[in-house]
Amino acid sequence: MSVLVFAEASEGKFKKIAFEAVSYGKKVAEQLGVSLVALTINADNAAELAAYGAAKIIKVNNEVLKSFDAKITANIIQQVAEKEASQVVVIDSSSNGLYLAPLVAVNLNAGFASNVMAAPSSTTPFVVKRKAFSNKAFNNTEINTEVKVIGLAKNSFGIFENNTTASEEDFSPEIIASGVSSVGVNKASGKVTIADAEIVVSGGRGLKGPENWGLIEDLAEVLDAALACSKPVSDLGWRPHGEHVGQTGKPVASNLYIAIGISGAIQHVAGINASKVKVVINTDPEAPFFKVADYGIVGDAFEVVPELIEKLKAFKAQNS
Amino acid sequence: MKILVCISHVPDTTSKINFTDNNSAFDTTGVQYVINPYDEFALSRAMWFKEKQGATVTVITVGNATTEPTLRKCLAIGADDAIRINTEALDGFQVAKELAEVAKANAYDLILTGRESIDYNGAMVPGMLAALLDFNFINACVGVEIESGAVTASKEIDGGTETLATTLPAVIAGQKGLVEEKDLRIPNMRGIMMARKKPLAIVEPQTIEVATKAINFEKPAEKSACKLVDASNIDGLIDLLHNEAKVI
Repeated sequence: MSVLVFAEASEGKFKKIAFEAVSYGKKVAEQLGVSLVALTINADNAAELAAYGAAKIIKVNNEVLKSFDAKITANIIQQVAEKEASQVVVIDSSSNGLYLAPLVAVNLNAGFASNVMAAPSSTTPFVVKRKAFSNKAFNNTEINTEVKVIGLAKNSFGIFENNTTASEEDFSPEIIASGVSSVGVNKASGKVTIADAEIVVSGGRGLKGPENWGLIEDLAEVLDAALACSKPVSDLGWRPHGEHVGQTGKPVASNLYIAIGISGAIQHVAGINASKVKVVINTDPEAPFFKVADYGIVGDAFEVVPELIEKLKAFKAQNS
Repeated sequence: MKILVCISHVPDTTSKINFTDNNSAFDTTGVQYVINPYDEFALSRAMWFKEKQGATVTVITVGNATTEPTLRKCLAIGADDAIRINTEALDGFQVAKELAEVAKANAYDLILTGRESIDYNGAMVPGMLAALLDFNFINACVGVEIESGAVTASKEIDGGTETLATTLPAVIAGQKGLVEEKDLRIPNMRGIMMARKKPLAIVEPQTIEVATKAINFEKPAEKSACKLVDASNIDGLIDLLHNEAKVI
């Protein structure tokens, strides 16, 4: 018996959510009194996972898997889960994780709970807490099947070190045929992505026009943050659609979300609510964003933000 | 081309989220239901295929009779017929299994749906449906073209987009980009009149062993009020973010 975590490597490197998934798997394995197995594909340094509690690291290295394929990967996870008699399979909520987790659940005929945010509150019955209604509520879900698949919500459980002596095993899975092939990837290089960012800086219509976005970009640069914008801003063509966050846009679950000149329409908040700390800068003290923010400044972005940038530079210089 | 569009009937985003029966059920009092916004993009793209390339568009949902106005709205937008699977599903796996059974019986070429619903945000059904049918599957799709059975789709990935090629039959789970927001279809008067006469079939559910069920709901702890910092006290904000919130 075991808990299996799929620890995804992106271009060979683990992202934080992989460590979070392993930390979560370790907790569940302890609760069930079984060992933790981590599966990696084409990772440069799979041994890193031992620091978060993986007792066995299964390494798959195969050129064919350089380009992600959900169906093939889901099948490999199934092969390993069956081989390791895994009763729980943990998958993160990266875009690839979201793509493959439902397939793994069907392959294993497993009950699947996505958006899970905490360790099981009970293991018999097996109950986990999930986010629902755009983080306006949580639901406790019981999983009744023998094998269970958990989709772990991003930035929800946390990363916990748990140094373990891990055994490593090379595994050559059978590679099934996939009906989907990658034709090309269009990715801005060197930019912090909204999915990975610890901090997201977001601008709204209050910035009055695309020519003023230098402010937002400078602030993002000081904070090593990703750039985002509200829906009207992307609809007006001031910023690319890829930066639109909120319902129907990209979801944000960062540590810090800074909203500048964004009123805080309910659809916007629904998409960024999973962020831990929210800051609003807006001229209108009645803006709904102040109801959901943790910290706020009532003021003109064109005065507040330049000063914030300067002071943050000084702060960074002092604290680095 | 036979297209099936899976529709989720969801509370409008502005709905108050409350629970009844000891927090075991969603309180529907005063709640307005709408077509899941992600599914609207899927339905609008299906209508584009129908008009430009020729296709029949069937909409389907799993739910009780209260979901019918949502299906009628889809018919008013232009879908040819609707199917309601008459059960209140307990989880996404059950929904996917019910949909798969109907899909198998009708041999659809393309199944279009939203990448997630805005109520449970589970993002479970599209992938499960594809796996149950052994159809090709593209998730988080932001654009799709089909030429004689060959599908070219762009998919959102972390930090960009990826272009994928596949073939029908396929399940495509999409979002904004399938069509632009301004091209979302809304019913017109003629559509609403015609929708009344379009077929809406009611299919009885299968017996499915339920894999998961929601036991109860919780609401987050009441958030403390926003701490206001004076615009002249930027140092104060930095101090709070560093020492109190510990996020910088």
